[in-house]
Amino acid sequence: MFLTHPPLMTPSVISGTVLGGLIGLALGVCGYTFIYARGYSYLSNDPQACANCHAMNDQYSGWLKSSHHSVATCNDCHTPHNLVGKYATKAENGFWHSFYFTTGWYPENIQAREKSRRITEDACRRCHADIAEDVRTMHPAADDLSCIQCHGHVGHMK
Amino acid sequence: MNTPNPSPSHSRLNVRFFLAAAVSSLVAVGALVLLMNIFERKQEAKNPFFRVVELTDETTDPAVWGKNFPMQYDDYRRTVDMVRTRHGGSDALPRTPTQADPRSIVSQSKIEEDTRLKRMWAGYAFAADFREERGHAYMLEDQAYTERQRVAKQPGACLNCHASMYTAYRKVGDGDPFAGFAKLCAMPYAEAAKHVEHPISCIDCHDPATMALRVSRPAFIEGMRNLKASQGVKDYDVNRDATRQEMRSFVCGQCHVEYYFKGSEKRLTYPWHNGLKVEQIAAYYDNAGFKDWTHADTGAPALKAQHPEFEMWNQGIHARSGVACADCHMPYKREGAHKISSHHVRSPLLDINRSCQTCHKWPEQELRARVETIQDRTYKLRNVAMDALMELIDDLKAAKAAGAGDEQLKAAREAQRHAQFYLDFVEAENSTGFHAPDESARILGESIDFSRRGQNSLRRLPAFTPATAAPAVQ
Repeated sequence: MFLTHPPLMTPSVISGTVLGGLIGLALGVCGYTFIYARGYSYLSNDPQACANCHAMNDQYSGWLKSSHHSVATCNDCHTPHNLVGKYATKAENGFWHSFYFTTGWYPENIQAREKSRRITEDACRRCHADIAEDVRTMHPAADDLSCIQCHGHVGHMK
Repeated sequence: MNTPNPSPSHSRLNVRFFLAAAVSSLVAVGALVLLMNIFERKQEAKNPFFRVVELTDETTDPAVWGKNFPMQYDDYRRTVDMVRTRHGGSDALPRTPTQADPRSIVSQSKIEEDTRLKRMWAGYAFAADFREERGHAYMLEDQAYTERQRVAKQPGACLNCHASMYTAYRKVGDGDPFAGFAKLCAMPYAEAAKHVEHPISCIDCHDPATMALRVSRPAFIEGMRNLKASQGVKDYDVNRDATRQEMRSFVCGQCHVEYYFKGSEKRLTYPWHNGLKVEQIAAYYDNAGFKDWTHADTGAPALKAQHPEFEMWNQGIHARSGVACADCHMPYKREGAHKISSHHVRSPLLDINRSCQTCHKWPEQELRARVETIQDRTYKLRNVAMDALMELIDDLKAAKAAGAGDEQLKAAREAQRHAQFYLDFVEAENSTGFHAPDESARILGESIDFSRRGQNSLRRLPAFTPATAAPAVQ
């Protein structure tokens, strides 16, 4: 009679249980790390999230006192104004920021990449389209001009 | 029942199992490592300060302060580094220690690098030994063992800027720092040196109770009072009236300045009664009838300028823009989550990102090139001024040898006094012009003018043959 029942502790049952446990453990640890690091906050629009790591403390306190404080958050100037571009940029920057902050391989006064600079430049020109258009019309070579070359401090000092 | 032989499909399953198990455990390990790292970073942001010792107004030893402020102390100790920049910094040169001078490493000799300096300072102790300055850590031993101590009797006044003096002033003055200051200045160097132990220490710039910056040097307090009085501000007290940002330059200006020892009591005095510019300082010395020494070759009543960094910086664009010494020489940095100012005081060229790029968002190479262009130009003009001075000295010697009297040489000697004070004001200033580029060029230009006017005054004398032939006009 007992021979017709499959044995309870066959090698595949044991290994399946172990594997399931391991995967569960990995998922659990990853999930907790995500929550502990407030990973979900990066999906939001709250500037406080950008200062989760103290690397951005200066920029955050600068923004609190800046002229753009009441009209623009971090994302308004540092991510493109379309859904896909916004989250793609968040994902890309999020990865590199985590990478450099974890390793510590970054200069003390952090420097924007060319790509990030362009995103910010586009954001200036989008909200200030009227005046940006006037500048472009008056100066045919205006594409060489950069708003943030002179107005780099409007969002935050540094 | 027989155990079936493992089939090929079964072993493939095993391999997959182990792979999946290995991957998921690696993922778990990776996530844990990251979790620990995030935990540490969050901890960094807490507990900025642990008070483990009590600091008082008598704690001179920086190591004791270092127990409460380990990060700042760690930086402070690094001023032993000897690093060169193109125009500044020091090379660590080995030397054989002797009984009189136990140093096994010294910096390069500037009077051997440019022997014209020896002629400029002929008859003065600087012609015997003058080396490139080293970091703060060496200030006391380099002063104790310089050859200048042996060729001339140095007063205790020298110690004001080479040792931690805060507690010494109070002890010697029985609680009154100004009385202690006066006594220490007048002592012979060796006697005054018995009252000090450390090079510049925490207590020389910081209040031990609040860590706020404070000025501890009586000479600077008096100097600033005289300077402000010349600007119409009465009874200026630097510790009461200066802003926090001003203090971030004033604590450095306690020592990085032009000075002289006034009278037989050798009271350290900053000559700012008319202002901080070179001609205002020269006018003060002229009115006071002061000379550092009589030039050995020409008999000119000569002046030696010494490291007028504070005065020169005051003439430049950075001072004008409210940028303090500490902004560039002790830039803010991050240690963990703490923002501290670097206490590894050094050339900003060794840390361009923190020092310059906080405000100037240009590539590092471009910023370095800009500074070095200014310095190269200043150095070139300094050499032109130096040659002009040498020619004046040659002519003066020749006129003296030809029997010209004091009255006939007076104008040329006065010219030499000013020419070399102006030249030295840039030469001794530790930025090779960078602290105020156009002001440095102006001063060197006027120095050349003094030298040439001096030569011209000799050419008017009867029966004078110039030592140097007039340069051919091209």
